[in-house]
Amino acid sequence: MEELLELSVAAAAGRIAAGELSREEYFAAWRQRAAADELNAYLWRAEEAGGDGDGDGPLAGVPIAVKDLFCTEGVATTAGSRILEGHRPLYTATAVRRLREAGAELLGKTNMDEFAMGSSNENSAFGPVLNPHDRGRVPGGSSGGSAAAVGGGLAPCAIGTDTGGSIRQPASLCGIVGLKPTYGAISRYGMIAFASSLDQCGPLTRDVTDAALLLAALQGRDPCDSTSVGIEGGVEAPSREDLKGLRFAVPADLAHDAIEAGVRSVFEATLARIEELGGEVGEMPLPHAEHGISAYYVIAPAEASSNLARYDGVRYGMRVEGEGDLVDMYESTRAAGFGDEVKRRIMLGTYALSSGYYEAYYGRAQRVRTKIAADYAAAFERFDFVVTPTSPSVAFRLGEKVDDPLAMYMSDFFTVPMSLAGIPAISIPAGRAEPDDGGPELPVGFQIAAPAFAEQRLLEAAYALEQAIDG
Amino acid sequence: MLRVIEREQVLHVARLARLRLSDAEVEKMAGELSGILDHVDRIVELELDEVPPTSHVVALENVLRPDVPRPSRPRDAVLEQAPDPADGAFRVPSPQAEA
Repeated sequence: MEELLELSVAAAAGRIAAGELSREEYFAAWRQRAAADELNAYLWRAEEAGGDGDGDGPLAGVPIAVKDLFCTEGVATTAGSRILEGHRPLYTATAVRRLREAGAELLGKTNMDEFAMGSSNENSAFGPVLNPHDRGRVPGGSSGGSAAAVGGGLAPCAIGTDTGGSIRQPASLCGIVGLKPTYGAISRYGMIAFASSLDQCGPLTRDVTDAALLLAALQGRDPCDSTSVGIEGGVEAPSREDLKGLRFAVPADLAHDAIEAGVRSVFEATLARIEELGGEVGEMPLPHAEHGISAYYVIAPAEASSNLARYDGVRYGMRVEGEGDLVDMYESTRAAGFGDEVKRRIMLGTYALSSGYYEAYYGRAQRVRTKIAADYAAAFERFDFVVTPTSPSVAFRLGEKVDDPLAMYMSDFFTVPMSLAGIPAISIPAGRAEPDDGGPELPVGFQIAAPAFAEQRLLEAAYALEQAIDG
Repeated sequence: MLRVIEREQVLHVARLARLRLSDAEVEKMAGELSGILDHVDRIVELELDEVPPTSHVVALENVLRPDVPRPSRPRDAVLEQAPDPADGAFRVPSPQAEA
């Protein structure tokens, strides 16, 4: 059975398709692993195989862990929030439906920061997720349950969502692959909204090939999401073995950025590997990237404050009856149902959108967004990719940043700019490094960003680099 | 310049957001919002007057479809999720507090 669990998703699906492996046996093996979850990675686990994946699609028989932000008909969907505890959606998210149509089966729903707001998974109403490599540390967030499940061997693959780094940063901290596709590549229908102009679904997997396999099934235009466009030409398994002729840009300011020594050294070693594989590495100014956090923490909370207005105790979710009128019921419900970080962001967003401040904050942040996108467009005229560390640090300790929101936000420093620009970016495991505060070595992620809808090129480069790092 | 968010401002915004905050939360929120906005204020120094705002990153064409009537989700299934369904509708407290 150990051997079964070590198979990549692509290999397992291949064996199932060839009749060499029974899908029941494979699912049962993973269900047993999921049942042994000691990381608090799951909020719900399948009792038996769904039986709805009988087809012979490319993911036939593959168990998948799904972030609890995706609506699943008849299965509790909470978005990590008390306000949705026990909520059973009336429909299934397009992303989940597409995976099922490709033959995948739902293994479980994974824990997350409440409404995807957080970088450590400590904002879940259902308790923090622990990092599989060191249980005293965070798995990252907000897709921390999905990342810990895959990194901890509790699921063969997972999906999550990324608004400012919520797939890439936890993938980095848990030592796995995490891909945020171009905005619009995958339908957002049935994904509980956080910041609608930034939210994007993506895979968390053990290798780049599996990420490509999941992306191929997930991507596509959906009549239920008018912003979805899919990836023209689809996605194929990557096979590139070198990086000859490809140009990789390192942001010119990176030398001055606050990065842990160990992370910096793994990053530099990875640049050397790129050159060994025939790639060129150069510097490129991205002068507005440093304002990414400022713009993001105006735009995302502003959109969230609007999206979360729907949780009012009327149509679904929890209600706390006040002692007075309707408004009193709204306020009592929201006070009891939302956690601290969600309240903080609703306040920040409402402030930024309020009369007298709209142009100073939301308007300016949207203009900064234009500048950041223009920086990347200029970079892609000279380079094929932009590379950075995924996270400035390895996994930090539980509790270390909970009382300092700004320090927590800074862990998204390298992932937020791509979200604002809407471009795809992948984090792959690049090695291990000792944390600045000491202790055993922990995984370090390497982030590669590409122009919009250049997912295939991105996966090819990530694959070639992955082979060199593993080899 | 350190931006200071006053207690009164926190209460005003909380009211707009339909959030009831405890006294301790108001105090804490005032400090935290001040700290975050102080960082955010760095973008105020940028020259942005000529820069158009971006609200959507991908160029899209309008999507049209025929306006064909379709059944809605079954009313019973929808109401089953409601905290207080009554007479085929969502029941809520009176919008006006009783005297």
